[in-house]
Amino acid sequence: MKEFAYSRATGVEEAVSLLAGGSEARFLGGGTNLVDLMKSGVEAPDLLVDVRGLPLGGVEVTADGGLVIGATTTNSDLAVHPEVRRRFPALSQAVLAGASGQLRNVATVGGNLLQRTRCGYFADTSRPCNKRVPGSGCPAIEGEHHNHAILGWSDHCVATNPSDMGVALAAFDAVVSYETVDGPGELPLAEFYPAVGDTPHVETALPAGALITAVTLPAAPVAARSRYRKVRERASYAFATGSLAAALDVRDGVVHEVRIAFGAVASRPWRARAAELSLTGAPATAESFAAAADAELAAAKPLAHNGYKIPLLRNLVVSVLTELAEEAAR
Amino acid sequence: MTDLTESISAPPVGVVGTSHVRLEGREKVTGAARYAADVPFEGLAHGSLVLATVARGRITSIGVDDVLAMPGVLGVIHHGNAPRLNPEAGLLGTGDATLQLLQDDRVPHVGRPVALVVAETAEQARAGADALVVTYEEEEADLVFSADHPGSYTPAAAPEKHKGDVDAELAAAPVVVDQRYTTPQEHHSAMEPHASMARWADGRLEVVDSNQGSFLVSYVLSVLFRLDPGVVRVRAEHVGGGFGSKGIGPQLILAVMATTELKRPVRVALTRRQVFATTGMRAATDQRVRLGADSTGRLRAIDHDTATHTSTIHEFVEFPGEVTNALYAADAIRIRTSLVKVNLPTPTWMRAPGCAPGSFALESAMDELAEAVGVDPVELRLRNEPEVGPISGLPFTSRNLVGCLTEGARRFGWADRDPRPGVRREGRWLLGTGMAAGIYGAGSLPSTAAITAHPDGTFTVGIGAADIGTGARTALVLVAADALEVPTSAIRIDIADSDLGQAWFAGGSRGTSSWTWAITAAATDLREKLADIAHIPADGITGRADTAPLIGALEQRENHAHGAQFAEVAVDPSSGEVRVRRMLGIFAAGRIINPLTTRSQLIGGMTMGISMALHEEGLRDAQFGGQVNGDLAGYHVSAHADIPAIEADWVPDYDPSNPSGVKGVGEVAIVGTAAAVANAVWHATGTRQRSLPISLERILTTTNA
Ligand SMILES: Cc1cc2nc3c(=O)[nH]c(=O)nc-3n(C[C@H](O)[C@H](O)[C@H](O)COP(=O)(O)OP(=O)(O)OC[C@H]3O[C@@H](n4cnc5c(N)ncnc54)[C@H](O)[C@@H]3O)c2cc1C
Ligand code: SF4
Repeated sequence: MKEFAYSRATGVEEAVSLLAGGSEARFLGGGTNLVDLMKSGVEAPDLLVDVRGLPLGGVEVTADGGLVIGATTTNSDLAVHPEVRRRFPALSQAVLAGASGQLRNVATVGGNLLQRTRCGYFADTSRPCNKRVPGSGCPAIEGEHHNHAILGWSDHCVATNPSDMGVALAAFDAVVSYETVDGPGELPLAEFYPAVGDTPHVETALPAGALITAVTLPAAPVAARSRYRKVRERASYAFATGSLAAALDVRDGVVHEVRIAFGAVASRPWRARAAELSLTGAPATAESFAAAADAELAAAKPLAHNGYKIPLLRNLVVSVLTELAEEAAR
Repeated sequence: MTDLTESISAPPVGVVGTSHVRLEGREKVTGAARYAADVPFEGLAHGSLVLATVARGRITSIGVDDVLAMPGVLGVIHHGNAPRLNPEAGLLGTGDATLQLLQDDRVPHVGRPVALVVAETAEQARAGADALVVTYEEEEADLVFSADHPGSYTPAAAPEKHKGDVDAELAAAPVVVDQRYTTPQEHHSAMEPHASMARWADGRLEVVDSNQGSFLVSYVLSVLFRLDPGVVRVRAEHVGGGFGSKGIGPQLILAVMATTELKRPVRVALTRRQVFATTGMRAATDQRVRLGADSTGRLRAIDHDTATHTSTIHEFVEFPGEVTNALYAADAIRIRTSLVKVNLPTPTWMRAPGCAPGSFALESAMDELAEAVGVDPVELRLRNEPEVGPISGLPFTSRNLVGCLTEGARRFGWADRDPRPGVRREGRWLLGTGMAAGIYGAGSLPSTAAITAHPDGTFTVGIGAADIGTGARTALVLVAADALEVPTSAIRIDIADSDLGQAWFAGGSRGTSSWTWAITAAATDLREKLADIAHIPADGITGRADTAPLIGALEQRENHAHGAQFAEVAVDPSSGEVRVRRMLGIFAAGRIINPLTTRSQLIGGMTMGISMALHEEGLRDAQFGGQVNGDLAGYHVSAHADIPAIEADWVPDYDPSNPSGVKGVGEVAIVGTAAAVANAVWHATGTRQRSLPISLERILTTTNA
């Protein structure tokens, strides 16, 4: 671990300009991902600007019934917020499915969106990795990749985005607000994580030095009946091997509106638009749910050792949507 | 020696057998207990390891100068300047090249320490280690172990063992089960990472360490560094778990080198990643088990064939056949082991070496046999209960596996079980139950102890025992109190200090039996001495014992602890998730000294067994040989949420070959757990799981939803 300077920002403008002062400067949220990566040498910033003192915490309901979530809100505070639980239960469930109580108590929303992949080669600085050292190669493709991507990967990187929270945000069309020295900006989550292509080291569309200030969820009545289900290699405290955020509105036995997003299958939370398209207007039956899953997973390209994720995701879609449909019928 | 049974089979009335909290419990839960990396020393310097990044080759350069120029850096120890070590040193008395660190430019496997950077602070040492540039000339490495590897051979340490004609019995048996079972590399993952401090003071080498046996460590260190045995003093007051991984750690050898070169006290604490990389693991195994039986399930043949691996520098043999040695009677038994040397770190003992992976294979095969012959799995085991050692023909010291099986079946409600697989459903979950038996060796090894009577009526017990979290310190006080017929409050105990003299280490489930014997013998000696005098002088009267001659005179016996474990699992075939819902283990493990800590040990073993069944797998890259999940976020041990209500209890058992009647409980509780879980998964789903861990990927790819 290399020596670094540390400063604590009290205002947004101050934070953004402080960061501009270091050549390899980073914002520090809860530090649960960044500090680990500094210890293993993957990240080597010369300056940390602590953002936890900024007035960016808390959750507010917008006039139309959406939510604005401050970037420094802890994962725990987000998950237990009554309006989150009422309006977007899948988001609360997703956050609670991640990490552990201790980690969620300090991890922030901004940090969660920017957490790095858990690919084992990425974390080992003695190995090549295109994401860590562009152009050095991707040993995961031939090597250990049983929890890597099946969708949207490229020959340059097959890593997944590990966030649970992000999956629910993707399902509900979240918009990320940020601040830079040149002024504020916004990015819909759908554009926040660019395609892997030949630049796996470019993980977000944020301008350099941007501070995430908030995440906005537009009103989505369908989200009130939503669910997050996470499958992982032990009952808690493990990253997903496959996960699903879904919301379903069934009217007269027909799917009126549906939202589906997958986790742990791609370099970003995967909004399953093909599945949504296939289901909208279709009867709310297990057959349609399976057909919708197949429509999405037709694009999947499994690697040698992660083909099991295809039946896993398919089964999750059927199982969770069936549960939601049964609940609606009750 | 005479049979001890008669004289001591009725346990004396006393504190042994009653529950006591750990003597040091309060210190531990309040954080006051100091572990090896916590003990302060004046002028302490810190060392940080640098590990080889190539799988095989030669070091061509080490960028020492740049690192020496870094702030606080005091020195870099590497093969060019490290003290020369004695190749004859090893824990088992023969040379173990795993200990020969920094002796030449060869790299036998990835993760081999190649340098130690020493600095004023731990952070500076770490920064130096991270910055040290080491270049290599790489050579082609052999990284993948397989049963049909061309280099496989039968190691001298595990020759074929057999009785009867296995091939003939198998050919004649009306029912044969013939299956392969595999277990992966597993890591001990003790809570406390390895740490050592070494310094020279007053002509002695003083070591504060985290180990499982300070005397043995001091002895091997003296051989390794060619010092007189009395020169080295090793202490390990509190140890946060070992599970077999805390013999002579690389951090200790390097700390001694550094303090010798730099004339400063030096502490070396491993990071978690370094613990994974440098402190050994349980080797992977590929086992073929063939069982031949008549139509009633009586075994005619057991053939247990294991393929496993070791490093290119030291021959360590994981020996799953151990379990087949003495668990069941059969007309013919054969145990074979083949070993492959690959460019991976040297494996080592891990909780119930041999028996833990071996029981997964044998006890899974027994369940398959029960299915094939249509006999209840508990009944099948009762039908194959041996009278004497199945291969050796020797009598057992004591054996109450039947009690474990019948009491376990009764308490678990086994009698109501429908044997058909795949027929119980609860929502998305399929339910099943399974069981397995277990066995692990017992016995005592030579140890010394001293007890001093003081004029104020108190006593000090000194024994080179280790308490690696088991509660050994407390158990020994209970035994001493009964032996001296005084309350526990009259006893002070000193352990984990090599200056206390030779004692067996906390290993092989033989610590408590070995140490309690030495303590009771020392108490006898002391009482004889006290009988002859009227007043105890100010410096006390000391009784001493060395159990070597007593143990040497024991008749040969089959001596084992036994157990039976029962599990209920739920499996969601659509997601692959497996959840253990309840688990019961009943053990026959000799006389139980402290029920409170014994139960903890047993539950701990079963928990580690569930972890082995469902989660643990050291994953290596086939190209580099490095571990790709060498941290606790990637290497999964069971979390709280994975562990259901576990009940552990015991049936009467008494080992007549040692005065306290004790067998060990540390290891038997992990033997059979994985098979019980796997057998329950079959009962739930109808699909056999013959490879560990039973990951969701395995369920998804083998089971119909
Ligand atoms: C053992 C373990 C298990 C875990 N399990 C899970 C899991 O199951 N599911 C899951 O989803 N997550 C899991 N996590 C990850 C955890 O959710 C993230 O580490 C956490 O959300 C990151 O938040 P943080 O505030 O600590 O981020 P930090 O570590 O502080 O920062 C992460 C990144 O975000 C940047 N950053 C932080 N705040 C801002 C901001 N406001 N604007 C711009 N950039 C910013 C930092 O510069 C850094 O690059 C786990 C973590 C650990 C250590
Ligand atoms: S998958 Fe991506 S992160 Fe992993 S090694 Fe390849 S390039 Fe690096």
